[in-house]
Amino acid sequence: MRALISLPIAALLLAACGSQPPAPEQNPAGVESRSPGAVKVETPPVAQVKPQQFDPGSIAALKDPKSPLSKRSIYFDYDSYVVKDEFQSLLTAHGKFLAANPKMKMLIQGNADERGSREYNLALGQKRAEAVRKALALTGAREEQIEAVSLGEEKPACTESSEECWAKNRRGDMLYSGEF
Amino acid sequence: MRPMRFQRFLLACAAGLALCSVARAQLTVEITGAGANRLPVAIADFTGERIVAQALTSVVRADLERSGLFRLVDAGGPLADNATPPFEDLKSRGADVVAGGSVATAADGRYETRVRLSDVQKQAVLGNPAYLHTGAQLRATAHRIADFIYEKLTGEPGVFSTRIAYVVKSTGRYELKIADADGANDQAALASREPIISPAWSPDGSKLAYVSFEAKKPVVYVHDLASGRRHVAANFKGSNSAPAWSPDGKQLAVVLTKDGSSQLYVVNADGSGVTRVATSSGIDTEPRWAPDGGFIYFTSDRGGSPQIYRIARSGGNAERVTFEGSYNVTPRLSPDGKSMAFIARNGGRFQLALMDLASKQTQILTDSTKDESPSFAPNGRMILYATEIGGRGVLAAVSSDGRVKQKLSVQAADVREPAWGPLVR
Repeated sequence: MRALISLPIAALLLAACGSQPPAPEQNPAGVESRSPGAVKVETPPVAQVKPQQFDPGSIAALKDPKSPLSKRSIYFDYDSYVVKDEFQSLLTAHGKFLAANPKMKMLIQGNADERGSREYNLALGQKRAEAVRKALALTGAREEQIEAVSLGEEKPACTESSEECWAKNRRGDMLYSGEF
Repeated sequence: MRPMRFQRFLLACAAGLALCSVARAQLTVEITGAGANRLPVAIADFTGERIVAQALTSVVRADLERSGLFRLVDAGGPLADNATPPFEDLKSRGADVVAGGSVATAADGRYETRVRLSDVQKQAVLGNPAYLHTGAQLRATAHRIADFIYEKLTGEPGVFSTRIAYVVKSTGRYELKIADADGANDQAALASREPIISPAWSPDGSKLAYVSFEAKKPVVYVHDLASGRRHVAANFKGSNSAPAWSPDGKQLAVVLTKDGSSQLYVVNADGSGVTRVATSSGIDTEPRWAPDGGFIYFTSDRGGSPQIYRIARSGGNAERVTFEGSYNVTPRLSPDGKSMAFIARNGGRFQLALMDLASKQTQILTDSTKDESPSFAPNGRMILYATEIGGRGVLAAVSSDGRVKQKLSVQAADVREPAWGPLVR
């Protein structure tokens, strides 16, 4: 999966590095933080808006193995959709990244192991994706940035019928713009 | 004469007959269990066009045998529809019923096949239908004849002329297939690199609703089989799945996650007019309409573990249906609405179970460990389901009394997600 997604990411990085102005030094999400009660001045936009204006520094972190952002999967217990404590800091990092890059979108894919009904497993995967979505929203990701979907038991990372393998398949994957 | 014969042979091959041994990735059916008191039946070779008649009678025999309700007895020779059967000889062979027939070429090049079914003990005619058909319709005609015999002898409609849908997974490829109930004449309605699940036949058999992941997420489609045209029936934010047709074919119950977790909704078959059916804080999925349309049965974890519930279509509170065990899923109502097939987990094994809805009495029908997706034959006699043998997905069928058993498999591929189509009118 990693190998597959690296290509679009590379293309994204190239595009970002080639044509973007230097990133603003302030919090790029600042456009949303207006003081309460302030009158919104309607000015026709003049600034060039490119479809993807990401902070190249942050984008690089998505691939940097030393950055927590390079980790995109969290794992769940059998028949459970509770985010385990060990994954909270990872989700916080991604939530903050999304908050800092409001144009970045994410597709969260929930997965389940093969045991039991396909449709029930699809619903279970959805619950897991939803748990990830809620955790990201709590740390600043916006509703319109993230979509939680389920792949159920249909896309196993590991295909043997063993507990070790099933544990790898009870998973929530986070895919950024360009990766899905 | 010879070229004529050869031509017919080719015609027979075009119909996909076993005698041509055409290599195809077709479902093969293996009988692994039969009923206790099978009715002894003799299906004589029909007279007339020999190649055609042989092909016909072999399919009729295979159909009746596969049902597990009949024991085939050698008729001792060919028998025309207008000849008096050798009743004393048949009696000594142990046959209770005999069928004979004849195949003749009609003026327009089609065939006319006439059949006579007789009671050997009473020496009385039970029926004598006639069929006009082309060479390409040989198997279809044979299934019609088997349906006629089945219905005359059991009082229930036969399902040999029906079709089944299922999904075949080979390396990196998913195919939604439609085949005759005996696995012959398989055709792909959809081939995709992404998974396909939950096919559901419209009540008139003209359409399939299913879930395809081709858009990198589950989306519900309705596919017209004759034209190959399809439309999106549900594609909301999040996942869209588990389509189930209303008995009148106008609506679909679906599972959407647009408002959070998996919940039940009803949409018109064209995708318009979405309304919510039930509300829970957990998972609600796998809706299935009762045949009279009054209730929708579904799986929910609202009580802490996945169990089957039902809710009146007119509204009200959901009522729990299963209580034993901690995992009961995938409710499927029998065509008469009196019983419910479902999957129960027993000590780590997922098995096909059948509940009598009035008495709540439940029977486990299989001894396998990974049963999924039960689907009733439209006469209610057999239940088709997916299971695993030797790590490979196969389809299996079991009679609702658990006695008759069949295995349907495709070489070197996984078969799953079976759905038995409606009766052919």
